[in-house]
Amino acid sequence: MKLRFLAAVLAAGVSFSFGPASAAELEVTHWWTSGGEAAAVAELAKAFDATGNKWVDGAIAGSGGTARPIMVSRITGGDPMGATQFNHGRQAEELVQSGLMRDLTDIATKEGWKDIVKPSSLLDSCTIDGKIYCAPVNIHSWQWLWLSNAAFKTAGVDVPKNWDEFVAAAPALEKAGIVPLAVGGQPWQSAGAFDVLMVAIAGKDVFNKVFGDKDAETAAGPEITKVFKAADDARKMAKGSNVQDWNQATNLVITGKAGGQIMGDWAQGEFQLAGQKAGTDYTCLPGLGVNEIISTGGDAFYFPLLKDEEKSKAQEVLASTLLNPTTQVAFNLKKGSLPVRGDVDLAAANDCMKKGLEILAKGNVIQGTDQLLSADSQKQKEDLFSEFFANASMTPEDAQKRFVDIIASAD
Amino acid sequence: MTGQANAGRPNQLLRNLNSKIASIPMILTAVVIFFGGTLWTVFYSFTNSKLLPRLSFVGFDQYERLWAAPRWVISIQNLAVYGIFSLIFSLVIGFVLAALMDQKIRFENTFRTIFLYPFALSFIVTGLVWQWILNPEFGVQSVVRSLGWTSFSFDPLYNSDIVIYGILIAALWQGTGLVMCLMLAGLRGIDEDIWKAARVDGIPMWKTYLLIIIPMMRPVFITTLVIIASGIVRVYDLVVAQTSGGPGIASEVPAKYVYDYMFQAQNLGQGFAASTMMLITVAIIIVPWAYLEFGGRKRG
Repeated sequence: MKLRFLAAVLAAGVSFSFGPASAAELEVTHWWTSGGEAAAVAELAKAFDATGNKWVDGAIAGSGGTARPIMVSRITGGDPMGATQFNHGRQAEELVQSGLMRDLTDIATKEGWKDIVKPSSLLDSCTIDGKIYCAPVNIHSWQWLWLSNAAFKTAGVDVPKNWDEFVAAAPALEKAGIVPLAVGGQPWQSAGAFDVLMVAIAGKDVFNKVFGDKDAETAAGPEITKVFKAADDARKMAKGSNVQDWNQATNLVITGKAGGQIMGDWAQGEFQLAGQKAGTDYTCLPGLGVNEIISTGGDAFYFPLLKDEEKSKAQEVLASTLLNPTTQVAFNLKKGSLPVRGDVDLAAANDCMKKGLEILAKGNVIQGTDQLLSADSQKQKEDLFSEFFANASMTPEDAQKRFVDIIASAD
Repeated sequence: MTGQANAGRPNQLLRNLNSKIASIPMILTAVVIFFGGTLWTVFYSFTNSKLLPRLSFVGFDQYERLWAAPRWVISIQNLAVYGIFSLIFSLVIGFVLAALMDQKIRFENTFRTIFLYPFALSFIVTGLVWQWILNPEFGVQSVVRSLGWTSFSFDPLYNSDIVIYGILIAALWQGTGLVMCLMLAGLRGIDEDIWKAARVDGIPMWKTYLLIIIPMMRPVFITTLVIIASGIVRVYDLVVAQTSGGPGIASEVPAKYVYDYMFQAQNLGQGFAASTMMLITVAIIIVPWAYLEFGGRKRG
């Protein structure tokens, strides 16, 4: 009697695992959940659904730091999704090396990704041992300063044209009850802001030496000391921005409660969603108006190795849909990012995006820190800068010493 | 039952066979998952595993790096402060509430429900509620300021020096109700005659509690202590919901370090080293105590 019951329970358990197996449903996980991002990802879903397959949205709230662990543990735990977002570079490196990800080289050669993806460093970041493992979808650059024209009007000063003018305008902003620089409490934001200051103040070569070659000597040098001085200014200006998420910080700029924010071009989607116009309502300064250089990190989709043949076919369709010119334009306009192919028409782009495209065309680009550093080193950097920005008693000199240690042990 | 029918004489192995068979899954779970998992973690903490575990040993490197990391040191300090205060306050407040409740007051059921209610909420919800209450822009500070006291300032969650106390308040609000209930159950277990005898002898009430009742409630105190202590070591979700470790790294706790380094930094070795240190800390506290408590009694 008991045994029969047990058998029945077991049988029921087994039969549950045969879910409804519709041919071409692909679950796609990503962490695009803010207003502008959700609008952009809907474009991808629309394009994929049009091919006769079905996009099952697996959005994970709480930015990459929360989402990536969930994605990784699903892949390593044997419950892979159809496709997943990562920042291409080194985040998925080990997953690829242990053979959990799908090789996309065939599709890439068939569709000639090598010729259409610009800059080519994007595809290089997808390439491990000569094989291509991801489909880049956009270029995101960190090096932007977003300024609220209304805030500067209230304070009675001109909208700054570069970082130094911005620092000089800070006391006037404070007097008007406006926080000069909005920095959210999430650790990656302060770490990112430092990287941006480094490119703007110390320049491209120093940036590449420190993060590319992991040269501890340069990291200890006078150029980086200057960067830490600037970061010290930044943290003083950021005092009083009691928000956590990046889009809350952007919102402070949109509503004129903060003067500006150092944030990647994904912030643009938020300005757009709020109905603001570049140039009249807000101003953007690439490279903080000092050094017009942008990094070419970005988002890419990786495809876990699946056993189901029909789903594997759908993965191919999705990969080619993502790089389709029409999808690229629709997606990137909503997202505020730059397309990965140089041959698409972006006449509808706004002022800021056009500035970005121009810099891209000139070739003033660097690799993003996600491409250069391992997740481990990035995390240590985040710990350092979130402490530095929150703790006024930590001197720039101490911080630089710890920064040198991190670079020296970076891999 | 079949076991007993077949055996001619009582066989130690076959006695209560049904219950022995029934407990096999639990024993296996305990051995394989808890014990095996622990050993596996300690073992791999000596490797330089990154995203996936791999066997390349680096000796004590992970531990050296761990203790050199300012964030880990701050986490340990926070845990110590949080642990000591949370232990003292929840025991004291819990016991006092229970003693008051035991005075045959009216509406005891209502009060008991009110005090126990926060315990029904998860730490995440508790954390979010207290994040709002302690937020200077719409919480306590803004309420007091709107009453006319404009210089009033109370923003523990945004002040690095006292942020851990902001978390402590939320933890006490959530947890003391349970301690109170456990204590109340203990108090109800005390024989009425003891109270009567103490009254006849003319011992004041506070003295009766302190010198007679509390020593008699020793088992209840120990149960409560274990429950509170295990809650302290694994505190994680409360911090995530209230401050996510901020401002800066001022309210980080060890459990959060483990999670962040295992999954966000994709450095399993470092995360394992941190969790092994947590295990050692717990063992240092628990083992001598358990030895005194259980080992002593068996011999005596």
